Amino acid sequence: MEKSTVFNNRLLPYLLLFPQLVITVVFFYWPASQAIWQSFLREDAFGLVSEFVGFENYTGLFAQPEYYKSMLTTAIFSTLVALLSLSIALLFASQADKNLKAAGAYKTLMIWPYAVAPAVAGVLWFFMFQPSLGMLSRPLRGMGIDWNPLLNANHAMILVVMASVWKQISYNFLFFLAGLQSIPKSVIEASAIDGARPMRRFWTIVFPLLSPTTFFLLVVNIVYVFFDTFGIIDAVTGGGPAGATTTMVYKVYADGRLGGDLGGSAAQSVVLMVIVIALTAIQFRYVERKVQY
Amino acid sequence: MVEHRPLSDFIAYAILTLGVFIVVFPVYLAFIASTHDAATVVGGHMPATPGTHTLENYYRAIFIGGSRTSREPVANMLINSFVSAIGIALGKIFISILSAYAVVYFRFPFRKTAFWIIFVTLMLPVEVRIYPTYKVVADLKLLDTYAGLILPLIASATGTLLFRQFFMTVPDELLEASRIDGAGPFRFFWDTLLPLSVTTMAALFVIQFIYGWNQYLWPLLITTKDSMQTIVIGIKKMLVATDELAEWQLAMATEVLAMLPPVAVVIFMQRLFVRGLVQTEK
Repeated sequence: MEKSTVFNNRLLPYLLLFPQLVITVVFFYWPASQAIWQSFLREDAFGLVSEFVGFENYTGLFAQPEYYKSMLTTAIFSTLVALLSLSIALLFASQADKNLKAAGAYKTLMIWPYAVAPAVAGVLWFFMFQPSLGMLSRPLRGMGIDWNPLLNANHAMILVVMASVWKQISYNFLFFLAGLQSIPKSVIEASAIDGARPMRRFWTIVFPLLSPTTFFLLVVNIVYVFFDTFGIIDAVTGGGPAGATTTMVYKVYADGRLGGDLGGSAAQSVVLMVIVIALTAIQFRYVERKVQY
Repeated sequence: MVEHRPLSDFIAYAILTLGVFIVVFPVYLAFIASTHDAATVVGGHMPATPGTHTLENYYRAIFIGGSRTSREPVANMLINSFVSAIGIALGKIFISILSAYAVVYFRFPFRKTAFWIIFVTLMLPVEVRIYPTYKVVADLKLLDTYAGLILPLIASATGTLLFRQFFMTVPDELLEASRIDGAGPFRFFWDTLLPLSVTTMAALFVIQFIYGWNQYLWPLLITTKDSMQTIVIGIKKMLVATDELAEWQLAMATEVLAMLPPVAVVIFMQRLFVRGLVQTEK
């Protein structure tokens, strides 16, 4: 798609592009290329001398058991968050899609957590489940569970998953609701005339027609879990206990800050970049296909 | 709808009410905690109704700060959050509307290249390049400044793509008509295109304000002075001290204050928000 009528000034378009290009190059391309370059260097303890070491940082990285552990943590974490937040949001959206009088009010009440900062959401959930003063920790103890997300790895993971799901439901709800409302009512009526009950209609008609939305949301949710949950993890567990909630992004941060291992941290950044680019490419292939429909 | 059965409606209301309860409950608890004194909150037997220390807690949080560590009053953090969120939103709108105008309404060498240079930034969030970006900002002497908080976060393609998409839907006849009237690129932009773009700008502003307000990792890295800290960072620092001794009632008052502005934006500008969210994701 191109405009047929345009201006033909020579210098002006470059001036218009200038602010964005300068900011993009200075704060984006330059640091990104530095990350790639640094991933091939090793600095001495004082950061004064650095030497080119080829792929040593990468081989070092993939020899670390902790790195595989953070990959596994990321995989478990993103699977749980994506599955739970998508299915819960779909349940709520399919109910809100019924012709209810109060549908608008429910929609408003469901979507505002999108605006809550991840770190703030993390603190909310930590407050409820803090072992000694949390309102919901006492009933758990009453049931005989030795609840302590500060010491127990599984409890810590459950807590960050709950906080992340809570924060993401609103977004998925909004997109599912829009997806549901765009399904032609005539299709559903036709199957109702054929005698299909609501449940059967949902699984054989609505859910398949919703699959583009679901797939789009799946990719968005994985990207969300990778990056936006940093604040939740840092606020709730700080990556602990004993690295049980250290995701790949959290490890980039922790290794660069505490260990000062900039080469290793940069190598991890590059691995992450490759993963994100792959995810984005998948997303765009899907978008292209949707356009042809 | 196909059939209207009272039972189905009842189930829908029940499920949605449960959903709203799940969504509201954590925030309600935080609000309750912000209205009690420290001993009640730490004791672990907090009542489910508001207490009598509301004004005292909010006054202390906003104007005085905590007592145990040298901590900033929240009023200052709120100012920092407002400045950086509005700066990010306006900065992004400014640079991206200009670049989209150049890409759509002009033909020039390297037009496609420029577009791709901007487009690729969609793929790499700031989290994957934090330390090198930190170094650039440090070298530019922008640590602990508003410019350092704002500039690196406006380098992204979402705005440009959004305005480009919108400009493509503006009928060509408008440009032809204003050229017949003798308008140059400035006049056309200012008199025709900008007024048409108001809704798109507002939708982008809403989304970017929330994005800027909720930033965590970047401000955490580049603000070393307490006086430059944003409210989201401030809460975290309140709780780091020691869990048992942290002043939870003040931290929760700060939580409520940190949620209010972006949540108010979503609720009161819901249509712009939904529009912005759906468009920026395309």
